[in-house]
Parts: sequence; structure tokens; C-alpha cells
Amino acid sequence: MDLRFTDEEIAFRSEVRNFLKENLPSSIREKLEDGRHPSKDDLVTWSRILNRKGWAVTHWPVEWGGTGWDPIRQMIFRDELQQAPAPEPLAFGVSMVGPVIYTFGSEEQKKRFLPRIANLDDWWCQGFSEPGAGSDLAGLKTTAKRDGEHWVINGQKTWTTLGQYADWIFVLARTDASVKKQEGISFILVDMKTPGITVRPIQTIDGGHEVNEVFFDDVRVPLENLVGEENKGWDYAKFLLGNERNGIARIGISKARLRKIRELAKLHTFGEKPLIESPRFRQKLAAVEVEVKALEMTQLRVISGERKREKGKPDPASSVLKIKGSEIQQATTELLMDVVGPYALPYEPEREDGTRWNEPSVGPDWAASIAPSYFNMRKVSIYGGSNEIQRSIIAKAILGL
Amino acid sequence: MDFDFSEEQQLLKDSVVRLLADRYDFESRKKHQAATEGWSLGVWRQFAEQGLLGITFAEEDGGFGGGPVETMIVMEAFGKALVIEPYLSAVVLCGGLLRNAGSDEQRRTLLPSIADGTKRLAFAHAERQAGHDLHDIAATARTEGDAFVLDGDKSLVLHGDTADAYIVSARSSGERRDRDGIGLFLVDAGAPGVSRRGYPTQDGMRAAEVSLTNVRVERMNVIGDPAGGFPMIERVAHEAIAALCAEAVGAMAEALDMTVDYLKQRKQFGTTIGSFQALQHRASDMFVALEQARSMALFATMMSSEPDAEERGKAISAAKVQIGRSGRFIGQQAVQLHGGIGMTMEYKLGHLFKRLAMIDTMFGDADHHLEAFADSDGFVGAL
Ligand SMILES: Cc1cc2nc3c(=O)[nH]c(=O)nc-3n(C[C@H](O)[C@H](O)[C@H](O)COP(=O)(O)OP(=O)(O)OC[C@H]3O[C@@H](n4cnc5c(N)ncnc54)[C@H](O)[C@@H]3O)c2cc1C
Repeated sequence: MDLRFTDEEIAFRSEVRNFLKENLPSSIREKLEDGRHPSKDDLVTWSRILNRKGWAVTHWPVEWGGTGWDPIRQMIFRDELQQAPAPEPLAFGVSMVGPVIYTFGSEEQKKRFLPRIANLDDWWCQGFSEPGAGSDLAGLKTTAKRDGEHWVINGQKTWTTLGQYADWIFVLARTDASVKKQEGISFILVDMKTPGITVRPIQTIDGGHEVNEVFFDDVRVPLENLVGEENKGWDYAKFLLGNERNGIARIGISKARLRKIRELAKLHTFGEKPLIESPRFRQKLAAVEVEVKALEMTQLRVISGERKREKGKPDPASSVLKIKGSEIQQATTELLMDVVGPYALPYEPEREDGTRWNEPSVGPDWAASIAPSYFNMRKVSIYGGSNEIQRSIIAKAILGL
Repeated sequence: MDFDFSEEQQLLKDSVVRLLADRYDFESRKKHQAATEGWSLGVWRQFAEQGLLGITFAEEDGGFGGGPVETMIVMEAFGKALVIEPYLSAVVLCGGLLRNAGSDEQRRTLLPSIADGTKRLAFAHAERQAGHDLHDIAATARTEGDAFVLDGDKSLVLHGDTADAYIVSARSSGERRDRDGIGLFLVDAGAPGVSRRGYPTQDGMRAAEVSLTNVRVERMNVIGDPAGGFPMIERVAHEAIAALCAEAVGAMAEALDMTVDYLKQRKQFGTTIGSFQALQHRASDMFVALEQARSMALFATMMSSEPDAEERGKAISAAKVQIGRSGRFIGQQAVQLHGGIGMTMEYKLGHLFKRLAMIDTMFGDADHHLEAFADSDGFVGAL
């Protein structure tokens, strides 16, 4: 047992850090530091920079552009991206549908889609949730019926993140209503330009537009866009959701936010002295830092365990990462609320491209995004399998209850 | 980065677990506790035979050359079984002080007899007024010719009622709360001027109040610099905290195991109570708390040998915070989920809860360490 990073791992970390320092456009970094959102163009620009370096899809098989790094290096890479802070590669393509395609897809599909995902030539979105199917995802009602050379899709998806930019959507649809609900679902790739698809924005409580409703009205999709076998979609979805949980602790982001909190709490005075000198505040901050350190170690333990696990089988302990990671992300945004104090109040929304209105801000120039981040971060304990669902996973899969 | 035990470490773990399975079920523990010493000399001899008492001592000092990971393995197993023998006081604390600060002569003469179980030392350090502050020492050590003379009252001396000798901290110079001026002195339990009053502790162990009046200590029995002992005290306290973190993780894991078993067996409303989602989720929260604690116990183990005292102190404080919080949550919820049976003296569970509560109070509780950590620049620092 040696819990220190090896010299090679430390050298690798500085290689990544230097690359980010030299190649991450400062306009993008500043947006993220400010708690604003990168635009579509920002993400495309950044993904292509990473892809040129060969780092866009680091965890994929080497033949499809992966790096062959071991899990610790993958973790270090992600940690550095998050702390830079740099945008992470668009998860819907890189972490969700990509792995499904290279694991279960046809050769044709691999050749057609994987390189375009790596270069963000195709923007993917996730069409799983429906108005009536959230945590009980297998209860979904959207249908796909065979008609000659096509599937005909009807129904509605919702909460579709960044669907407004999407070129493609991967959809879970019911292809057999006569069997157990998990056994009649298929995984289908759909071009968003297909006639019959309508996207409608949903505004979230922070004022932002990151989610959408997507309606399917007799949408005709070539049969070859089915992934794997018909009616096996639920297996692929479970595989995908297991992968999703792994990256979800977002420890690097929490560390970057803690750093920002310290910095701002030194600058910003309440009454006579900077907030950082308040023992009450310092202790709240310290308590979150302790949790972050513990989670970082937990993540390393899960990742080391991964080296010995059967490939593609997520560790149920990753539910711990989801629960704690989301709670910590939320706690950091609460600390920022403490820092900003009454200047949380003015509502100065961001535009779609991540810029703000030209008027001078009411409070300190960093204040406008703080309340929205706090509101927005309530999502992280809801999506990706809600924290209640994660508790049930731990109870069943680990404790055997 | 490698979380796996080496082959020897795995063997150590297996052998400790086996020994405790044979000798330390909860009924046996009650018998050990009823012995004259308040714990079992027989078990102590077995610990010696298996090499546990000298595990971290150098080979030339009669030990096995192990380190913090070995201590962690032993303590975690002890936590599960609720071992009441004086391992922390004799091996981790006094063995640690001698290992870190003893002269060649002191190590060669004392460590082998700790390792073979023939001599047990206790660390007479805490004082009534000190709270959680390690440097708050009023006991005095004045020079008299070439020797020192000690006066003062030492409190909560773990297993001090049966120790053969003490390592006493006392002030050779400076004010009561100065970090400088503290020395470490080896004092025989039977030396003139030493008196002690033993008593049981809440967690089934023993401790003593030890008074020193005009106790003469020869030069050869001073450990290290008689005015510069504090860094060693701090260092060994950090090692002891890391060991306690591991012990607490063992106790938490056992409490959770017992709780999960109980949830699967106990029936109410015509079904096992483990089928109730409220209780499933509580048990999951206990699991999360345990995993976080385990992570920090590992972190404390790794950092307990860090030479930079400030970095080490931060890590140890952070770990003690996590252990205190997780231990309280798991201990309380384990009792709650057992219902009435969790409240009984007869049943092991309540004793795990009590041990966890006492571990929190030792070497600074969660609030103390949170404050200490909050006063530092944290782990992430400013940009
Ligand atoms: C910002 C955001 C972005 C999202 N992006 C996407 C996306 O891109 N694509 C996509 O497909 N989906 C997306 N989702 C949907 C997300 O996956 C769902 O919101 C989530 O699965 C929960 O479903 P629900 O909202 O219907 O809540 P419900 O399932 O109705 O849950 C309501 C409450 O009940 C609890 N609950 C439900 N079942 C149980 C149970 N068995 N035991 C105990 N408690 C239970 C839940 O934890 C929750 O607290 C997004 C959601 C949000 C908020």
C-alpha cells in the first residue's frame, strides 16, 4: 500500500496542467471562473483543441481515439480539466452514447459516429426522461414501430439538456408493449433534423435555458439506427447510466470553487472585516473541505478497485460518489451565497452566448452568477439517478437489504 | 498510488482477524474485562507472540520494522472486536515516543520488553486544565544536580492503573501554555512520590489519575531534550489519532454490519424491518459515512509519517473531524435501528456506540479539530 501519487503520475499531472495553461482560450476560462456557461461555439472550439491533442475521448478504446491511460491518469486528467477550469468534453457524446456505440453498436455505426463525436462535429443529446418516466425510467411511453425500412417514433421526451444545439439524440423507445417493461425497450439514434421533431425550451429556476422538451410526431428513422438488438435497450441504458455516475463526483470543480470562495472571502468585507476572518464562516468552509478530501480519497479507492473489476461493470460504491459529490457541489454554492451576502439579490441574467447585458452590474462584478449557481445546483441531486435512488442502490446492491 | 496491502500486510491482517475470532467474541470480552487487570494478560501474551506489540519497532529494537499501515491493520481489527487491552497506551503512545525520541540505549533496553509483553508503559500527559491542548502542561521538572525532580498531577492516563512505568511530560522551563520547555521523563510506577488512582472508563477500559510529588528522575531516564519534547509529543499524538481513526473505522464497520444483519432478521408488521425504505436509506447513509471515514483513516495513516508538522497536523485534524462526525452518526443510528435491544449493556452494539463516542473525545474532538483545521489555509489554499 502506497497512497502517494508516483513520480510518473505527478509528472503526468503537470503535463496536463501545462497543456491547459497554454491551450485553453482565456475567454472560456474566464466564463467558467465566473460561474457562467460556455456557449456552443466555446465547446466546439475547445473540443477540437483537445481532439487535435488526442485528448478528446481519453477513456475510449485506443482504436477509436482513446489514450490507453489507466484509471488514475483518467482521474488526474479530469481533475485538472475541472480545476483549470476548462469545459469537460460534452458528456452526451463522449461519455454516454460513444461508449454505447463502441460497446454494442455495429461496425458501420462505429465508423460513422465515433470520429464525429470525438471532434464534436455532431452534438448529441440524451432522450431518456419523459413526463411520466423519471426515476422509473423503464415506464417510458415513447414508441417506435417498424414500418418498412423505418422506425416510426411517437411520444415526448423531456429535460433534454442542451437539446437546442443538438444534431442527434439517442432515444429510448418502446418497441414491444406486450412484455415486462424493461424488456420491450430499444435504443435508437435519431437525427434531430428529421421531420416531426419539435424542441421547446424549458426555463430553469436560475433563469437559464439548458433543458428542453422534445416532441416526436411520426418521426421516421432508418432501421439501421437501432443500436445492438431490438428490445435490449434497457441493458444499454443501464450500462450508460453506470458510466454516468463515475464522472459525477466533480471533485475538481468543487476544489476550484473552494479556492474561489477563499479568494472572494478575503476580498469581500462585510462591515469591518473580510468574511474569511469570521470563525463561523471559516468553520463552515473547513467542514466542506474535509468532506472534499474524504471524497477525493473515496474516489481514488473506487478507481483503484476499478482496475480489478470486470470491464464495464460499475462499482455500486460509485453511488457514494454521486451522493457525496452532489451534496458537496451544492454546499460550495451555499458558501458562495454566504460570501456574496445581499448582492445575491439583483437578477442580471446571462445571454445564450454566456455574456451579460452591457449595463454595469449592481453589485461586485462577480456577484451576478452566484444566486443562479446556487439555484441551478439543486439539479445535481436530482439527475443522474436521484440521491434517493442512489441510496436504494446502496441498500440493495451493497448492503443486501 | 496503490491501495492494496502487500503480502505480509495481508498475512498480518488475516492473523489478527483469526486471533480475535478465536479469543475475542463479545462473551470472551466480558470475561477479559472481569479479570484483575480489567483486561486479559493471556490475550496480551498472545499479542506478543504474534508480534503485534512490536510491529512498528525496528528489528534491532526487537520489532518487525512495520509502519503506520501495520498499525492501521491492527487497530481496525481491534475496533471491530472492541479490544480493551492497553495497546494504544503501551505500544502506540509509549512505544511511539521511545521509537521517535528515545536514545539508542533507551530503545535497546525498553522496546524489546514492550514487544515481548513483559513491560507495559503508560503515557502520563494530560492535565485537568488542558482541555484538548497538548501543550498545556503545568507539571514541573526542576533540576537537582544532574537529575530532575517532578511535581504535578496527571489525568486520564490510559491504562495508568496497571502500568509498570510512565512516560511523564513535565515542564523544565517556560509558562504553562508554552510549547517550549516541555520534557519527557521515564518514571517507574513504584518510584517514591508516585501515587495513582485507577478507575474504569465508559468504554470498558481502564485509566488512572497519577500524582507526582518530588519524584526524582536520573539523567539517563530523560527522553530526548528536556526542554524540547513538544514536537515529539505532537508527532506521537498524530500517530495515535491515526491509530484511533482506524480503530473507529473498525467499530463503525462492525456497527453497520450488525445493523444490516438485524434489519434482515427483525420482523415487525409482518415483514423484515429491512424492507422499510426509511430504514434502507438510513443504512445507506451510514454506509456513506463509513466510506468517508475509511477514506480519511487511510489519509491519516498516510500522513502520520509526514515530516512537515503543519501539513501533518492539517491532515490529522481533517481526519479526526470526519471520524468524529461519521462515528457519531453511525453509532447513534445503529442504536436507533436496533430499537430497545440497542440500549442494553448485555449486547455488543451499545458498546461500539460508546467506544466511538469516547474516541471522539480523545486527543481533541471533532469541533476542536474543525477549529484547528479552519485556522489553517486548508487543502486547496488560495490561488
Ligand atoms: C437540469 C436537469 C437536466 C436533465 N437532463 C436530462 C437529459 O439530458 N436527458 C434526460 O433524459 N433526462 C434528464 N434529466 C432528467 C433526470 O434524469 C430526472 O429528473 C430524474 O431521473 C428524476 O426524475 P423526475 O424528475 O421525474 O423525478 P421523480 O422520479 O418523479 O422523483 C421525484 C422525487 O421522488 C423521489 N423518488 C422517486 N422514486 C423513488 C423511489 N423509488 N424511492 C424513493 N424516492 C423516490 C426522487 O428522488 C425525487 O426526490 C435532467 C433533469 C434535470 C433537473
